Amino acid sequence: MLKDITLGQYFPGNSLLHKLDPRMKLILTLLYIVTIFFANNLITVAILTLAAFLLVPLGQIPMKTVLKSLKPLRWIILFTTVLNLFWVKDGKQLVDFYFIDIYSGGIVYAASMALRVTALLAGTTLLISYTTSPIALTDGLEQMLSPLKKIKVPVHEFAMMMTIALRFIPTLIEETDKIMSAQKARGADFETGSLLSRAKALIPIFIPLFVSAIRRADDLATAMECRCYHGGTGRTRMNRLHYSLRDLFALLCFLLFMAGIIALRWAPLPAFLGI
Amino acid sequence: MPFIETKNLSFTYTDEDDPQPVLHEVSLSFEKGEFVAILGRNGSGKSTFAKLLNLVLEATDGTITIDGKSVHAELSEAEIIDLRKKVGMVFQNPDNQLVATVVEEDVAFGPENLGIEPAEIRRRVDEALEIVGMTDYARHAPHKLSGGQKQRIAIAGVIAMLPDCILFDESTAMLDPRGRAEVMETVEKLNREQGITVLLITHNMDEAVRADRVVVIDDGRVQMDGTPREVFAKVDELFALGLAVPQATELAARLELSGVPLTPVEGADAVENWFNT
Ligand SMILES: Nc1ncnc2c1ncn2[C@@H]1O[C@H](COP(=O)(O)OP(=O)(O)OP(=O)(O)O)[C@@H](O)[C@H]1O
Ligand SMILES: [Mg+2]
Repeated sequence: MLKDITLGQYFPGNSLLHKLDPRMKLILTLLYIVTIFFANNLITVAILTLAAFLLVPLGQIPMKTVLKSLKPLRWIILFTTVLNLFWVKDGKQLVDFYFIDIYSGGIVYAASMALRVTALLAGTTLLISYTTSPIALTDGLEQMLSPLKKIKVPVHEFAMMMTIALRFIPTLIEETDKIMSAQKARGADFETGSLLSRAKALIPIFIPLFVSAIRRADDLATAMECRCYHGGTGRTRMNRLHYSLRDLFALLCFLLFMAGIIALRWAPLPAFLGI
Repeated sequence: MPFIETKNLSFTYTDEDDPQPVLHEVSLSFEKGEFVAILGRNGSGKSTFAKLLNLVLEATDGTITIDGKSVHAELSEAEIIDLRKKVGMVFQNPDNQLVATVVEEDVAFGPENLGIEPAEIRRRVDEALEIVGMTDYARHAPHKLSGGQKQRIAIAGVIAMLPDCILFDESTAMLDPRGRAEVMETVEKLNREQGITVLLITHNMDEAVRADRVVVIDDGRVQMDGTPREVFAKVDELFALGLAVPQATELAARLELSGVPLTPVEGADAVENWFNT
């Protein structure tokens, strides 16, 4: 049962989005977030949201999966919508019913806020979580942040820790499964009883798991030492990341798009759409 | 000149409450290209010996010479790494020695640490995977491989550093018969075809008979040293040291006890012939 846990939300594939350099995806994500904050009217926010969903076919991710990942947002959206609807008192008054006053500005605000939040989540998960494997992300971050090594930020060490964690998570999950079966065979009961007693039943799982993890760490340290590991200094990489034409193209497209969105700030739009 | 030579090598784990020497004046030498099996019961000091040769531990007393260079406490980091890459090590637990989440990245780990050019690393990784027969798995995740396959990846990771000698510390102990056969085949191939010196620490006598030379260690001392024929002929002595003998040899010894006149070695040959016909 524990085997089904996948790391993050990575969706293996070979699409255009998958092939982009992880560093470029990080840059694009940052730019996208900046653009969202630049968008100052309902139309641009809507375009941004639409653009995020255009990434779905580009990344060959099933739409259903994406929508499912947006589901937890519904509470935030509901909350902000309600808040905006009742509190914003701009524009024309549409409803005046005892204590409920709804203004047109409130509706515009609520809609654009909901769209913004959706765009933010959909855009970033599509660019990063769904189409970038954790290992590519680690490599990308390491290379991108490597200038920080000069000011003694242990970038390589963090990347190494991430890599090892990613390497060992499946192994430890498998081990947890084994220990659980072993304890069940001895009559341990993890499924019934109060929350407290169920939590207590987990102790005989965690203790052997920790002991074995520490053992593994010790073995791994020796093995790494034997393979001449001595930190990040003087270390080369077999697969260095290289920006390709594809990345340049993606960046250009995005910059154009971003320029368009920003230009729309000054477009002569009906005033009531402004936020 | 032997490739590895130890003289009166002694070692004590000083972090224990009651430090007892684990190795007593071990003097052994290994020639280039040799295939040596090292036997000994649990706790006899085999792994400690291996770690000393790999400079993971530092000798309490005595000397180690590797490829003409003597090992001492004042070596610089660069010199230590230079010696370490000559003597690779493959451990027992296949899970605890793979570092990366992709097979080829793991094989590249050693050469990357040595600061080798990316193109050269690529070449070495491809070659190493070819030698262990794992080329098709280059982009796989290590945790999805079988035990034998993982050990072959670990071996590839060592080969990619172009070592002169590889130490196997019970590398087949956690494997099923098939994985064991895969690994042993790779080990023999490395020794025969690549001329790599192999030191194979094992509890499996049927693996030990495949070596050119067998060294038996007990309680941190060298007890026997000779060809498999010489060593395994001493059935009683081996039993006294808490070791088994290869099945064929044991059979012959028992036959002799029950009046069938065969030396253990002849017995082994006879049994082998019998199986081959
Ligand atoms: N890190 C350590 N600290 C203290 N003592 C140790 C350590 N490692 C091993 N020993 C002790 O040193 C002795 C020799 O251990 P070693 O691991 O070299 O034996 P071995 O021949 O490899 O045994 P096995 O066949 O079980 O692998 C043992 O008595 C052991 O308890
Ligand atoms: Mg051992």
